[in-house]
Amino acid sequence: MISRRNFIKLSGGAVAAGTLVGCAGGMGRSGGGGKVVVVGGGPGGATAAKYLRMFDPSIEVTLIEANAKYYTCFMSNEVLGGDRNLDSITFGYDGLRRHGVRVVHDTVTQIDAAARKIVTKSGATFSYDRAIVSPGIDFKWGAIEGHSAEAAEIIPHAWKAGAQTVTLHKQLLDMKNGGTVVIATPSGAFRCPPGPYERASLIANYLKKHKPKSKVLILDAGDKFAKQGLFIAGWKKHYGYGTSNSLIEWVPAAQGGKVEGVDAKGMAVQAAVEKIKADVINVIPPQKAGKLAFDAGLTEGDWCPINKKTFESKIHANIHVLGDASNAAGMPKSGYSANVQAKVCAAAVVDLLAGREPGFPSYMNTCYSVVGDDHGISVSIVYTFDEAKNEIIAVKGAGGVTPSDASAEALRREAHYAHGWFANITNDIFG
Amino acid sequence: MGSTKLLQNMVLAGGLALSATSMAATPSAAMLAGTCAACHGTNGSSVAVIPSLAAAPAEYFVETMKAFKSGARKATVMDRVAKGYSDEEIALMGDYFAQQKLIPMKQGFDKTKLNQGKRLHDKYCEKCHEEDGRKPDVGGILAGQSMMYLTFSMDDFLSGEREMEKDMKKKVNEMLKETDKSSIESLIHFYGSQQ
Repeated sequence: MISRRNFIKLSGGAVAAGTLVGCAGGMGRSGGGGKVVVVGGGPGGATAAKYLRMFDPSIEVTLIEANAKYYTCFMSNEVLGGDRNLDSITFGYDGLRRHGVRVVHDTVTQIDAAARKIVTKSGATFSYDRAIVSPGIDFKWGAIEGHSAEAAEIIPHAWKAGAQTVTLHKQLLDMKNGGTVVIATPSGAFRCPPGPYERASLIANYLKKHKPKSKVLILDAGDKFAKQGLFIAGWKKHYGYGTSNSLIEWVPAAQGGKVEGVDAKGMAVQAAVEKIKADVINVIPPQKAGKLAFDAGLTEGDWCPINKKTFESKIHANIHVLGDASNAAGMPKSGYSANVQAKVCAAAVVDLLAGREPGFPSYMNTCYSVVGDDHGISVSIVYTFDEAKNEIIAVKGAGGVTPSDASAEALRREAHYAHGWFANITNDIFG
Repeated sequence: MGSTKLLQNMVLAGGLALSATSMAATPSAAMLAGTCAACHGTNGSSVAVIPSLAAAPAEYFVETMKAFKSGARKATVMDRVAKGYSDEEIALMGDYFAQQKLIPMKQGFDKTKLNQGKRLHDKYCEKCHEEDGRKPDVGGILAGQSMMYLTFSMDDFLSGEREMEKDMKKKVNEMLKETDKSSIESLIHFYGSQQ
């Protein structure tokens, strides 16, 4: 009888002998080299660059990213109430350099798919065998009347972390006790579906401790939201939700919650039913793929259509798109999704460069949300691939959210695990 | 390679070629393991409270995943996750992580407690958790794990939420009879101090 371990060893040997090409994939083995240019140094792009080098050090990898620092959107909600500082969500690219990634800080101005060339603002040209584009999100400013990049300097979105996060944090610090904080959620597919509700939770947690006469008013573009039951249970437990003194009030679209216009100078939002004045306004605009994706002709509607096994664009061959900008429906737009998609994509690129059929993918997403002190919740889903339909589908009978009867100890641990996840994912991306 | 092995290899290769369709739907071990890294660290070496998987024996990994899957072992998240993988995929991941080198977690510890922990370890634990808990064993690897995670684990063992293996139960009870509850904390500092 052959033991499992021998079985794997033997089948590995068979692959090396060339009798079973394509079964085990090419990860971990040196191939024939090749040039890959990665555009965008967020969770998707940075992970892809690093894992390409880990999977196959014979590949030359260049990462082009405009900024020297990246601020993660995940955990930025903890910066808003002062639970953590901006430094703790700030990452540089030295880790990637240590993996042999050539990091170039420049802005891509053109991707020539036919010539397989990328041109930057400084005039440099980068040729590639395969490109990986991970430009993140951009905002649909026209969707809400009166809203613009300029208006967002006064009423920050804070949905790309960094300066916007700091602005919103400072506004909360300066707000009077008894003030109203409006959070307007976006319609359509958007980055981090539970994010606006975690934000409401953590702002309420700050208000509870420092400005208890204040409240958070969530004006929702929809009628339901991610982890809704768990959030509401948490709000009841910590913030008096449902009582007249609640620190959080949620207005769904069906009750006039959808924000249709903003008046940044007048500090007001126009919701479907009434105009609401507030002391701090956080309108998170509807979203689409990052500008570069549109410039490069990689989009169809708001997002980039892809082969979900390899993340290769369905529009331009040899260009892969991943992360929030891609239409990887099935999976939510999250840091975890981008991190996993990057590994699936990197493995496929290694195989394709070596002339092998890409291996079968595996995906997963776990999103933690911090609801309050010692109170974390999560959603975790394992995904597989339906080749015939080009669909990413959740594995049946698995995954789901924190059980509604989870003990206080389980919720306390989930809060710790949320922070543990943050340390590990950022190390996996940038370390 | 002996002739028997060669024969096995040939038979196996033939068998695999015949089942190419089902094989094509199984991700590689590295592909599967890559999905764990965001929580458990790159190649299974964690830098925070979520436990490291690197270098733990494949048997321990497989047993743990099966216990999560069946509900025999309680979890916050892993019970939901484990159900998403087939036994074959779990075996692949177990072998993959067993081959990884563990990078011990950097964390603060108390020197007095670690010294006391070392004495306790030698007396009650070393027999199974050899080499100061650095050697992969029936309980995975203790040295270099997050102290907070070890604390959660011991809380669960002592409250009965998680079942202790017979020999462990005997030794832990013996230790708690002869010392006090601070001995658990001292042991955890000892394992956490090994970096």
